[in-house]
This record gives sequence, C-alpha cells and structure tokens, in this order.
Amino acid sequence: MISLTLSEKVMIGTALLGGMAGVVGSFAVLRRRSLVGDMLAHAALPGICLAFLVMHSRDFLGLSLGALASGLLGVGLVTIMIRWTRTKEDAAIGIVLSTFFGLGVVLLSKIQDPAIGGNKAGLDSFLFGEPGNMLNRDLVLLAIVAAAMLLLVALLFKEFKLVCFDSDFAQSQGWPTLRLDLTMMAALAVVTIVGLPIVGVVLMAAMIIMPAATARFWTNRLHLLVMLACALGVTAGVVGTKLGHALPAGAAIVLTAAAMFLISLLLGLQRGVVWSALAEFRLRRRMANEHLLRSLYELSEPRLPDLDLLSIDQLRSDRHWRPWALERLLHKAEQGGLIDREKSSVRLTPLGLHRSATLTKTHRLWEMYLMQHANIAPDHVDRDADDVEHLLPESLLLELERQLAAEGRLPQIVDEVPESPHELPSTSGSAEGDRA
Amino acid sequence: MPPTAFEIHDMTVAYHRRPVLWDIDLTIPEGKLVGIVGPNGAGKTTLIKASLGLVPLASGKVEIYGKEYREQRHLVGYVPQRESVDWDFPVTVRDVVLMGTYGKLGWFRRPGKKQVATADRCLQQVGMLPQAKRQIRQLSGGQQQRVFLARALAQEAQLYFLDEPFAGVDATTEAAIVELLHSLRSSGRTVLVVHHDLQTVRDYFDHVILLNMRLIASGPVETTFTNENLHTTYGGRLTILDEAAEAMRQREPNR
Repeated sequence: MISLTLSEKVMIGTALLGGMAGVVGSFAVLRRRSLVGDMLAHAALPGICLAFLVMHSRDFLGLSLGALASGLLGVGLVTIMIRWTRTKEDAAIGIVLSTFFGLGVVLLSKIQDPAIGGNKAGLDSFLFGEPGNMLNRDLVLLAIVAAAMLLLVALLFKEFKLVCFDSDFAQSQGWPTLRLDLTMMAALAVVTIVGLPIVGVVLMAAMIIMPAATARFWTNRLHLLVMLACALGVTAGVVGTKLGHALPAGAAIVLTAAAMFLISLLLGLQRGVVWSALAEFRLRRRMANEHLLRSLYELSEPRLPDLDLLSIDQLRSDRHWRPWALERLLHKAEQGGLIDREKSSVRLTPLGLHRSATLTKTHRLWEMYLMQHANIAPDHVDRDADDVEHLLPESLLLELERQLAAEGRLPQIVDEVPESPHELPSTSGSAEGDRA
Repeated sequence: MPPTAFEIHDMTVAYHRRPVLWDIDLTIPEGKLVGIVGPNGAGKTTLIKASLGLVPLASGKVEIYGKEYREQRHLVGYVPQRESVDWDFPVTVRDVVLMGTYGKLGWFRRPGKKQVATADRCLQQVGMLPQAKRQIRQLSGGQQQRVFLARALAQEAQLYFLDEPFAGVDATTEAAIVELLHSLRSSGRTVLVVHHDLQTVRDYFDHVILLNMRLIASGPVETTFTNENLHTTYGGRLTILDEAAEAMRQREPNR
C-alpha cells in the first residue's frame, strides 16, 4: 500500500467511500432519512473548525471527531425542535443546517486569517472536498470504516430491513427499534464524516442518496438494492476520480453519480420513465385498435352476416375519433387485411369480422360479468379483458354467454372464413325477434 | 371455563399528558373472536398499541396468559393498519410474510427453508401464494391486507391483535378474513379486532369491547352489544346510532 501513487490512493479511497455510502445510504433513503445525511454534513463544518483551533493540526481523526460532535449536536437540535416546538421536520432541518453551515463559514474565515490561524490550514477543502490531500493513514482509516460498515449491515440486515419497513411491527416482536434506528443513524453519521474531506460538506449528501435512489430503478429486492447501490457508489468514486484530473474531484464524483441516476431514471427496469411512456403508448394504441374493431363490428352487426359498407363519417360519429387518428387506425387496419376501403367507406373483411367478433364477445362477457358479479371479485378487475376466458370458471362463462345470447348480443365467431350467408345464427336471430 | 388469554388492569394511556384511555379493566377468555368497537378517536388503536407495548402506559398492566407482555411476546401476533407502512418498499410478498418469523428467529439468523415453508403455508391460507414473488406495490388494497394477515399467521401466535383489517377491502378479502378468523378460533386462538362497521359485529364476533376513552362494556355480544350500551358509547351521534339500531332491527327476526 505504501508504494501506491497518489492517484491510485485517491481512487481506492473514493471507491471505498462510494461503496459504504451506497450501502448505508440505502437504509437511510428507505427510512426517509436521506436529508439527515445532508444535515450532518453541513452541521459538521463548525466542529471541524473548532477541532482545528483546539489542535492546531489537520489530523484526520481529530477533525473527524470534531465533525461528528457538531453533526450530532445538529441532529439533536432538530429532534428537539420537532418534538417541542411547532416547527416541522423539513423546516427544522433547513434551519439547523444553514445556521451551522453559516457558523462554520465564519469560523473558516477566521482561521484563514493569518493573524489567528497562522498557517493556511487548507480547511476550505472541506467545503467542496479535496481527495488529493489523502494520506496513507487516511486510506487505512477509510478501509477500516468501510469494512466495519459492511460487517454491520451484513450482520443486521434482517433487523434493519424490518425496522425500515414496519417499525411498529418490529417493536411488537420485541426488537429494540430505537437502538436499531440509532445504529443506522450512527452508521450514516460515521460514513458522512469520513467522506467530508473527500467530497466536502456541500456535496456529501449526494453520495449518500444517489446510489440508493439510482439502484431503486433497477430492482425490487432489498438485498440487490444494497449491493447495487454499493457497486454504483464505487463506480461513481472511480469514474469521478478519473474524470476529476482536470476538475474539482468531489464535484466530478457527484456529477458521475448524477449521470448514472439520470440514465436509470430514464431507462431503469423498474419504473424507468422511457419504459413507462412506451408501455402507456402501446396500451393506448392497442385500445384504439380494439375500439375501432368494436365500432366496426357494432355498426355491421344489424345486417350480419352480410358485410356492409360503412361510411367513415358514421364511424367517426360513433366514437368521436379525431379525423387524423381515425385515418391512421384505418390505414393500419387495411394493411393488416382487416378492412377493405372504398373512397370514404370501409367494409370488414372476413378476417376482420372474425377478429372484431372475438373482441366484441370478450368485451361484452366482461361487461356483463362486471355488472352482475363484480362484487364477488373486484380484485380481478385490473386484468386485461382478454383474460376473461382464462380467469372465470367455465360454468360462469357459459352462464354469461347464455345471458348475452338471450339478449341477442352474443357475437358469433366463425373460425373459418364464412362462405355462405346461411350461417345466420339462429339463436341470435330468434332472440332479436323476441325482443322486437 | 377456558383460561384467560388476555387481561388489562387499570390501564391509563396519555399522549402529551392528555389521557386517551382511562382506567381500562377487561378480561378475555381463550378462543374468542373479539370486536373492539367505538367512535373515531375512542382509543381503539391506542388500546392495541398500549397492549403491545408500542405506546407507554401511564398506569396499569397488561397480562397475556397470566404473565407480563414482555415474557409472552412469542404468543402474540399483530396486524397493524395497512396505511402504516410504505407499500413501495423494495420487498416481495414472501419477504413481508417472512418478517413474521423474525421474532422467533432472533438476532443475526437469516430465514431458511423452514421459515420459507411457513411463509408459503400462511400465504396459501389467505389465498395469496400465487402472488408470492410480486413486489408489494403491485397489490390491491385487499391483497395488501391479506399479506399482513399472512405475516401475522407466520408469527404462529396464540393471541392476535388486528387493527382495522376490514377497512377498505373488497368482498373477497372480507370473506377471506372472516374465514381466517373462524379457523383461528377453532384452533383455540384468541383474536381482538378493531372494527368500524356496527352492522357486522353480531355476525363476526363472539365478544365485544365497547370503548370511548373509557371502557363502556365488555362481554359476550348477545348481552353486551345492546342498544343501551351503544347509546352510551356513541353518545349524541345519533346518525350512527340510528343506523346501528336499524341494522339490529333488521337482523332480529332472522335470529
């Protein structure tokens, strides 16, 4: 390790930080505590400055302890404010965060003053981070902390998961939820503090939040989410450091994480924006097609089995299509061999009749089921109408079909292309007669 | 005489020094289905939470099979209100049900084959086994409720506390819950259920606890769920009362 070059050290250090921030951040994000990391980081600044004023050195451990103390003081103040005053959590966090940060900046300017601080402590690197300052022992400390965090999460994975999901239930089983919560918070605090010299107080929260938020777009399983967040954190550290040769390293790391977040937001398998939009578009297109076929069937229905020409105007007024939308649908249907077009009229082809009759039958069965039996199983209502025949028991289907037939509304589905008009369905015909 | 499953002595609970439950005293024998009934803000949920040690008692004590709750935790199952958790949490249906086994597993141990088998059996019981691998966000309200019930079953308890399991569920789930309650009773379990719908109290429960910050009455439905007690419980809220009276009148001839 001693023979590592500075850039190698920096890369290993940021990778370790990114990894543990991803792991610990996963639980913070799921517990809705992600802003606590932000607050800890900002509130740490005055502690760092005070520790420096006391010790007159940049000793990493000493400064970290100062940071931890003032960070935890900040968290404590927020808790007290929420508990005992009418200030709500977000406002309390904002107030404490900015007050401590302001105090830190004032102290920082005093330290920079040669009359007081003596040397230019380089403490302002805590504002935006400066991984280039990393020493061998900093790296060792990072490695130890990272190992401890991984061990902690590995041991208490089940317990953390339970408390994050349902802490009342956990408590009813006898788990010490308060102590588990505090353990998670402490882990968050430690990771935040060791990260401060690398990415800085302003950007540290991003390291905590972004890997976990990014991973959420790819998986629905907690253990995978934690592992993925760890990997994403490491990647952000490594890539950010590579890019960071010419840029401020902390910012480069955070921007790398942000880029990964953006990509996941768009393309992530779970709720990626692009896939959702695509699925929505497909659904609409399918529904439009089905509506067209049903309209065609219903308009043709009175004179079946003859297939009449239907005017497009008639079709349009049936469902209030927008002209261009109808035009596009008809074009597709014609290409698919479902309709024949003659100027401003269309006619179902035998294939089109078959498809549209099937669709209409399914739709009507479903409609009748919902009207009469939905109270039995509304759980099933979100299913596709296509599922109706697989979903409902056969006896119920037969009953529904019988009812439709009695009303003369059961579409006859002809599997083969009908060759003669003699296939006039007698049941439907007579039912029609009865009604009249 | 069946043994006493659950007992509360002199329970008083206060939030911010304002008492929400006063001097509650009650005894529930084993093997009963018990409805906890009362108007909004009567302290029904608080009664359950205080019994489970989730909110501190200002005074009094809770006993389960004759011993303090602390010692008897393994005998207790709990179904919190459905809205109390984030249903977008990255876990599957089976993961949630497995959580019911955590209490008996203890520290650091992971659920294994045995626990998975238990979880699947409980899912089967509430008719949710086919959805075991689904992410919980994809469930309907009634399905969520059934997952919570399965989790409580996986606790393999003797005494169950259910907080509004019937709230906002579909008819399938309602029927499933009722069936489950019956099967729990026939295997000697005791179940306390916070319940809102006065009309179904007589159908679902053997015992009833009428609550309005203090205990109005507690006992078998036939003798306790009376017009007079309901009047005391609901006070001047006549609309609710009239509905209840009407419901009871309609039911009377059938019995």
